[in-house]
Amino acid sequence: MSIATASNTADPRRPVAIIAFCRAQPLGAAGLIVILAMGLAAIFAEAIAPYEPEVINFGAMLMAPSLEHPFGTDAFGRDILTRIIYGARTALTIGFLSSFIGCTLGGLLGIASAYFGGRADLVIQRFVDVMLSFPIIILALVVVAVLGKTELLGIDLNLVLAIAIPIIPRSSRVVRSAALSVRAMPYIDAARAGGYSAWHIITRHMAPNVLAPYLILLTAYIAQAILLEASLSFLGLGVSEPKPAWGLMLAGDSSNFYQEAPWMILFPGLAISLSVFAFNLFGDSLRDWLDPKFRL
Amino acid sequence: MSQLFHLGEGCQDTRTQDANGSILSVEGLVVEFHTSRGVVRAVDGVSWSVRAGETLALVGESGCGKSVSALAVMRLLAKPAGRIAAGRIMFQGQDLLTLSEAEMRERRGRDIAMIFQEPMTSLNPVLTIGMQLAEPLKIHMGMNNDEVRVRSIELLSLVGIADAEHRLAQYPHHFSGGMRQRVMIAIGLACNPRLIIADEPTTALDVTIQAQILELMKDLSRRLGITLVLITHNLGIVARYADRVAVMYAGRIAEEGPAARVFGEPRHPYTVGLLRSVPRLDRPRGGTLETIEGAPPNMLKPPSGCRFAPRCRWRQDICATDPALRQVGPDQSSACHFAENMPPAAQPLSDYALVPPNAGGTLVEVNGLTKHFPMRLGGFFGGFTTVRAAQDVSFRIARGETLGLVGESGCGKTTVGRVVLQLEKATGGQILFDGEDLATVSSQRMKALRTRIQVIFQDPYSSLNPRMTVGGTITEPLRKRLGFTAPAAQIRVDELLDQVGLLREMGERYPHQLSGGQRQRVGIARALAMEPDFIVCDEPVSALDVSIQGQIVNLLAELQGRLGIAYLFIAHDLAVVRHLSHRIVVMYLGRVMEAADRDALYADPLHPYTQALLDAAPIPDPEVELRRTPRALTGELPSPLSPPQGCVFHTRCPLADAQCRSIIPPLREIRPGHMAACLKI
Repeated sequence: MSIATASNTADPRRPVAIIAFCRAQPLGAAGLIVILAMGLAAIFAEAIAPYEPEVINFGAMLMAPSLEHPFGTDAFGRDILTRIIYGARTALTIGFLSSFIGCTLGGLLGIASAYFGGRADLVIQRFVDVMLSFPIIILALVVVAVLGKTELLGIDLNLVLAIAIPIIPRSSRVVRSAALSVRAMPYIDAARAGGYSAWHIITRHMAPNVLAPYLILLTAYIAQAILLEASLSFLGLGVSEPKPAWGLMLAGDSSNFYQEAPWMILFPGLAISLSVFAFNLFGDSLRDWLDPKFRL
Repeated sequence: MSQLFHLGEGCQDTRTQDANGSILSVEGLVVEFHTSRGVVRAVDGVSWSVRAGETLALVGESGCGKSVSALAVMRLLAKPAGRIAAGRIMFQGQDLLTLSEAEMRERRGRDIAMIFQEPMTSLNPVLTIGMQLAEPLKIHMGMNNDEVRVRSIELLSLVGIADAEHRLAQYPHHFSGGMRQRVMIAIGLACNPRLIIADEPTTALDVTIQAQILELMKDLSRRLGITLVLITHNLGIVARYADRVAVMYAGRIAEEGPAARVFGEPRHPYTVGLLRSVPRLDRPRGGTLETIEGAPPNMLKPPSGCRFAPRCRWRQDICATDPALRQVGPDQSSACHFAENMPPAAQPLSDYALVPPNAGGTLVEVNGLTKHFPMRLGGFFGGFTTVRAAQDVSFRIARGETLGLVGESGCGKTTVGRVVLQLEKATGGQILFDGEDLATVSSQRMKALRTRIQVIFQDPYSSLNPRMTVGGTITEPLRKRLGFTAPAAQIRVDELLDQVGLLREMGERYPHQLSGGQRQRVGIARALAMEPDFIVCDEPVSALDVSIQGQIVNLLAELQGRLGIAYLFIAHDLAVVRHLSHRIVVMYLGRVMEAADRDALYADPLHPYTQALLDAAPIPDPEVELRRTPRALTGELPSPLSPPQGCVFHTRCPLADAQCRSIIPPLREIRPGHMAACLKI
């Protein structure tokens, strides 16, 4: 019997993936830097923020940006910079959690739909069609209105769920199409011939092979989720006072005072735009980078 | 139409040939590809030439540089990665490399035509056949619409397409694979080229269609005096159709000479190895195949000295120096230090024979298996029709025995394999495995039985999960199904890797880090891990190179001898099937045509379809081929959507008469143990 010779293809000097990514996708790297900055601000909010986020100080109402309050203060005299830093915490937690839950459930649904095929696929996809026919914000509104609030560790779980649910059908569609081509691969047949359970085949054989579209969806929907959280908070259905949240900072009193104190809406608005932009840039670059078809 | 065919002109027109009469000569060609991992010299100082009217075959395994050197002739290398670094390409006394791009475009399609491997993708699906035929005629010959039409019809008739006038208006999807390759040949012939380069023109086609296409090309090149460069890995084709052969290995010419001499008295160990590693239909069946060990070198770091030395069984110290290609006989040259002392190509018959089937009784019994697929007709409300993929298929496999299932693509052999594996549900019939009907057992019981029935797939590239290491792939069945603990599984994985001839450290690799042959070994190890009684092998060697094929065939035979596993061996290569099988079933369009013991079937095939298959399979020996009169089966495989009434083979059968068109012949026992489904025997 022969010992087949080793073909050594490992390259010892291969740069770490993240450096390679930054080199190939400078715009994506810029997005990543903004995301990392947001993340650090959210984690170390207590250390960075100059004031307390929820302490009302009527002595410093509606102050214009100055050295003392770089972004000014709001109608309750709270420092806007502080509230934006703490707001990053709210935005990132809710954004990431809901996108993660939505994409994971949607992804599993999509893979299952592709794996079982036939009638199961038909039923799941028609259900997805129905879900897709509701605009994302309406669906979230309905869920929030029906479920109310359930706080856990300062996070409104129902808000997370309300944002995650509209993401499920969207991510399941995308993942299903990728999973369909994986389903046709002989290694899936080999696994079926091995007599493994459907759950095992879906999680061990199919899911790792649709990881790329999943990761892209995950980052793209974090941006969507941050925007959605801001919208819901603006409408008074998301995070409620006095918790700092970007969408909430745009609503309420700021609509009465924005002519005298435009900084009240300018800076939270910028924070929302910048973070959504950063996640979108990163997501797009990640897609280009992970998809070999885009590589030259 | 005087310009159409200048018969024999290519041979007489001395103006266009150089001193030794060659129409095309490649001299010292070096082609480099710049990749992210470095510069690959795909072709390294290769010279070959072809005389007018002659057929030259470039032979070698994948990656040896045969296609690249042909693409270099056409100057169609992928840009910007590919670059011709040195050499000359003399065509009709002119160096093609010095021409401008515009001058080169003039040559392509008019003087030199190229035919590619994949007939399914080399025609544009949105243009009619007529439009694609007209293109070269208008561009190179400046014909007007009427002339184009006349010439197109003439060309289609020339390549054997009936009703040419109507077919001009049809699109490629109306044509079968073989028909499309005929159209490609017609396009190639359009401007009376001097030279046709055919890159694996029949590799994607079935054996009976392959014979038709090659006969056509050979006939046309003789009649029209066209020089042919045939690139192939199939030695049988070379023996039947080539006048001269150049054997390439790792970017260099290993041996070159007239076909009869290269096959009769090979002067390079690689040629000897290639000839010995294919099982042959015209010889008594040997035990193990002689193989070339190892795999071709990585072209990023080719070995210094003789490139074949690491795999050569006659390697000596001097092989560390580079052997030059030198004259070793009349018109024959070889790049080996020991060219004069080559052993004969004929493989010595080894005494080791396959273990006879032990009389353990029947393991698998398939009775009247039928599988229909519903297929949606066009349109939203089009309704459904059925594809009869398998009809009334019956066979039996004893313990430790191999049943070969042979047939052309679309005959339903893979479907039968998938139904036996219960990857598809049967429409009707019984599949008895050790007495239990797989079609009706509970899913719990089926899950238990699955450890005893395993599978090996054709494509080693897609049959392994790319995100799992080799070790993970083999561990999975052990841990999930056989209840091994992690340390015990590790020991067993090492054992299995030894058993299939892989190094233990390969357990940590991912599939993309392995070669095709190594991946197929991993697939075999995965199947063996379950300790099965029965393995369905679905074309396990047809995606592999010739020298690797022999290794895998030997491994499968050895494992059977040692472990007593029964195989259902599905393949289209009759020689490989004969080598491995004890009993053989021949299928055509979903039905069994003939079933017999191996020796009875090959010595005395009864069914006209089996006879045609054996006729169409070329034998890698020019002398044998000269004595045979190729009888190519005419016609195409009918669509399985509307199979012919009566005997499904009657549309192509030389014996068919009115009776065959109405009665479906039953499979009956003509001789003891030899069954055939034909009314005429």
